[in-house]
Amino acid sequence: MKELVVISGKGGTGKTSVVASFAALAENKILADCDVDAADLHLVLEPDVKEQMDFSGGSEAVVRAEDCVGCGICAKLCKFEAITQDGPVNSSGVKTFLIDPFGCEGCGVCVEFCPAKAIDFEEKTNGESFVSETRHGPMVHAKLGIAEENSGKLVSFVRDKARKLATERGVDLVIIDGSPGIGCPVIASITGASLVLIVTEPTLSGLHDFKRVAALTAHFGIPTLVTVNKWDINPEMADRITALADQGGVKVVARVRYDPAVTQAQVARTSVVEHATEGIAADIRRLWEEVSAEL
Amino acid sequence: MKIAIASGKGGTGKTTVATNLAHTIAKTGVKTAYFDCDVEEPNGRIFLSPQIEASHPVTAGVPEVDMSKCTLCGKCGRMCRFSAIVVVGKKVLTFPELCHHCGGCALVCPTGAIEDVPHEIGRIEEGWAGPVRFVDGSLEVGVSTGPPVVRAVKRRARDEDVIIMDAPPGTACPVVETTKDADIGILVTEPTPFGLNDLKLAVEMLRLLEVPLAVVINRAGIGDSGVEDYCRDEGIEVISRIPHDRRIAESYSRGDLIAESVEGMQQVFEDMYKRIAAMLEGAAEQTE
Repeated sequence: MKELVVISGKGGTGKTSVVASFAALAENKILADCDVDAADLHLVLEPDVKEQMDFSGGSEAVVRAEDCVGCGICAKLCKFEAITQDGPVNSSGVKTFLIDPFGCEGCGVCVEFCPAKAIDFEEKTNGESFVSETRHGPMVHAKLGIAEENSGKLVSFVRDKARKLATERGVDLVIIDGSPGIGCPVIASITGASLVLIVTEPTLSGLHDFKRVAALTAHFGIPTLVTVNKWDINPEMADRITALADQGGVKVVARVRYDPAVTQAQVARTSVVEHATEGIAADIRRLWEEVSAEL
Repeated sequence: MKIAIASGKGGTGKTTVATNLAHTIAKTGVKTAYFDCDVEEPNGRIFLSPQIEASHPVTAGVPEVDMSKCTLCGKCGRMCRFSAIVVVGKKVLTFPELCHHCGGCALVCPTGAIEDVPHEIGRIEEGWAGPVRFVDGSLEVGVSTGPPVVRAVKRRARDEDVIIMDAPPGTACPVVETTKDADIGILVTEPTPFGLNDLKLAVEMLRLLEVPLAVVINRAGIGDSGVEDYCRDEGIEVISRIPHDRRIAESYSRGDLIAESVEGMQQVFEDMYKRIAAMLEGAAEQTE
């Protein structure tokens, strides 16, 4: 089974629009949206949810004010600066400690070392995932709870589910929409994948971010392709990016032009290749031919 | 005044707004800093071209095991919530890329066999971009944990009157770390279905964090009216609309500040700042 991951480094370069078109062009595949904290693929593919699962990425530490002795060991040990003496004064007259739920990473150090055993550590639900049917085949997607931790774990969960589904249905390709950046959700979406396609844009920011994300795929030894989207916004910058890719062992595949049809397709809740036949639609078809040949 | 610039969706123009706003405010004589907290892909320096005066490593502890002291008791593996250390047979395996640097394994080890050794996970650089004090953080490639680098950037705050914090895209931990103690969050979006979907998530996030918010619509004129309708229904103020203009896209692609290179844009950012300052003043009066 092959896994193709589409990422970008920089956000907003057109990853999801490209994936939506690949969804329409590829035969037999499972789709997976691994951009779990800002997922958009469902807006175009309009999935019919068949199965919903809660996701727990970990536990959250909460001080029981009544049992807190105010010693402050928790705050001293917390590497995330999440604990302060801002809790209520309890009935023993102790000014208690409080854990900021948005700062807590759920490591459990405070729980383990609290001498009064006054910190609860309950598993929490921090997202949900779905298996759906779309007009272009099955799709696995997810929604991370707002301001939640552990997006990387949820990404791994979605990928696992997509692979299992592929095995069950005898499908040998999973197409993954990744997230921007180079941090934990991106690492979780590419490790062990067969092929990465980087979608970049011809801007200095796009160039800078391409370098970092290409260094990441090289770090994990994953074969990588790059396409320059909206290349005609700045043809000279597009050339600089492709020259850089050539030097860095990243294979350059077909460019995609700038076209208002991309936004029009989005507004019409469809993919570019379903919305148009000429121009950019032809570019994306060529891109898919070249990418699928590498799989 | 701490102003966080965030977006939900990537590529909507956060960095364009953050850098031009910082530049415009500083030109009026207000002590201003720009903090690039998008440590996975920091791009602010492309537009502000700062003179870097200092560079500091950001380190975080990663376990190293002294096998001569280890009794293979397995407490470290049970302590670690991130599967970054595990006893397998007669070996202790560590996975630094999974480590969240909490120090739990070293603390729980009964024989002192584990040392929390500092590793460089990123770098902070600071300097000046004309009148703007500049700080950015950059996560080491291959490291998964951005929040410690974001915290390190925020610790460089001095006595500035205004700090502009450029957030990463999304709504997960690095964004929360950037925005949670801001006085106001400015959400930059574009008027498209993707822009709207991700704007809603970002609004929910800031409301949960109890950070006041306002919206800037970039590339106004493309797409549909969904974002405007949503903001009206939710009572969210749209403080600025930056037109969809090829000159802006080209200026951005070259790494120029649009406030300097595109006619009329300086006024757009001056007005944006006035609106933000007025909103914060209004909020302060309400609390009094």
